Amino acid sequence: MVTFRQENINPTRSPALGLRLLALIFLSIVLMYVDNRDNHLNSVRKAIGVAVYPLRVAVDAPVRFWSWLSDATTSHNELELELGRLRVERLLTKARLQRFNALEAENARLRALLDARSRVRDTVRVAEIMSVDANPFSHSLVINVGSRDGVFDGQALVDADGVVGQVIKTGLLTSQAMLISDTDHALPVEVNRNGLRTIAVGTGQIGSLKLPFVVNSADIRAGDLLVTSGLGGVFPAGYPVAVVASVTRIPHEPYANVSATPVAALGQVREVMLIWSAGAQGNPAENSPTAGQAE
Amino acid sequence: MIQHNAIPRRTVIVTLIVGLLLTIMPLPESLDPFRPDWLALLVIFWAMQLPRTWSIGTAWIIGLILDVSQGTLLGQHSLAFCVIVFITVRFHLLMRVFPLPQLTATVFGLLAVYQFLLFWTNGVAGTHAASTVYWGPVITGALIWPLLVMILSGVRYQDRSGN
Repeated sequence: MVTFRQENINPTRSPALGLRLLALIFLSIVLMYVDNRDNHLNSVRKAIGVAVYPLRVAVDAPVRFWSWLSDATTSHNELELELGRLRVERLLTKARLQRFNALEAENARLRALLDARSRVRDTVRVAEIMSVDANPFSHSLVINVGSRDGVFDGQALVDADGVVGQVIKTGLLTSQAMLISDTDHALPVEVNRNGLRTIAVGTGQIGSLKLPFVVNSADIRAGDLLVTSGLGGVFPAGYPVAVVASVTRIPHEPYANVSATPVAALGQVREVMLIWSAGAQGNPAENSPTAGQAE
Repeated sequence: MIQHNAIPRRTVIVTLIVGLLLTIMPLPESLDPFRPDWLALLVIFWAMQLPRTWSIGTAWIIGLILDVSQGTLLGQHSLAFCVIVFITVRFHLLMRVFPLPQLTATVFGLLAVYQFLLFWTNGVAGTHAASTVYWGPVITGALIWPLLVMILSGVRYQDRSGN
């Protein structure tokens, strides 16, 4: 058995300890500086990240098992109810999709007439959120795909209702994403009704975004849907982001006080879709069963 | 104080892995700011018990692993860990003879230093977080310390008698 050995000299009082501390502090500061500056340390992060992966799986496993168990023990009755509900939902979605297909064809025709570049459909892939707690200082989550699956930094994440966030740190097997509600996150959006462009910034609260740069005279009101404008280059255009909750105009201030509620269920999603927009880097696993075309 | 010349490395490593598991375990949104800094508590405990062999370099590496698993700035937790381990190792003789309430107060102070370093590095790097994220773990950490000491002392003696 390996045991810690006792040494004769007492290292706890030697000046070497202080020197080592200084050296390590210096090393930490250099690391932080480099890490904050650019992505030179990505490989270090990835290497250690692979070592941490089994721990993440171990933490995620009981939660996964529990949800599997509750699925397996759901009564026949409940399943039938659920099936009926899903059938109705599918019918409604398909009906809406028919109109969408026609509209898309019309859009392509009009764009051809205008000589505009036609929009290409985005490729999506479903990723699962691991029940792992990430950075305590920001709103983030861990997803079960990484650079092995073609994920890249800055990739957009959406759920069934709208934009969730973007990937900030790509690991080999798992990645970390920042939610749009994080205080460090800003998202170029436009009002769906009239195309008014602005920026939605996170507030640090999961159910609220703010729009700090809307002038007092702007045409915006509660209930307006905000969609991504595609201007930042990170998010493809046209995905719903939030609904304006309140607009307070302060007469002597240049900007109005506008807050919005995200349409995606930020706090409770279990699955998200990763988007590869046309022209973006990376490629999802082509033969993966979950890879498909955005409809 | 008893001589700790036979604490298997395995015990230390297992407690650290359990600590890391507890750190990345999901908690409800409302409880999350009050999650104790398990690894910081463990690092203080082992530095106090094994000051001769527990080097600040080890603490630094544990910090780096924590940084990667949490996605924080690389080196942030490393810095905080090696500073609190340095203080603990320097004063370990004093801390060992402290009665438990006084020791808990000392640990409270160490955790405050730890969180302050995180707060400070976050501030320099431009990350902003709610203030609960910083003082919550200090309070819960100090509250849980006596319990942790009891459990870990039990583990230690069991292992020693087992060998």
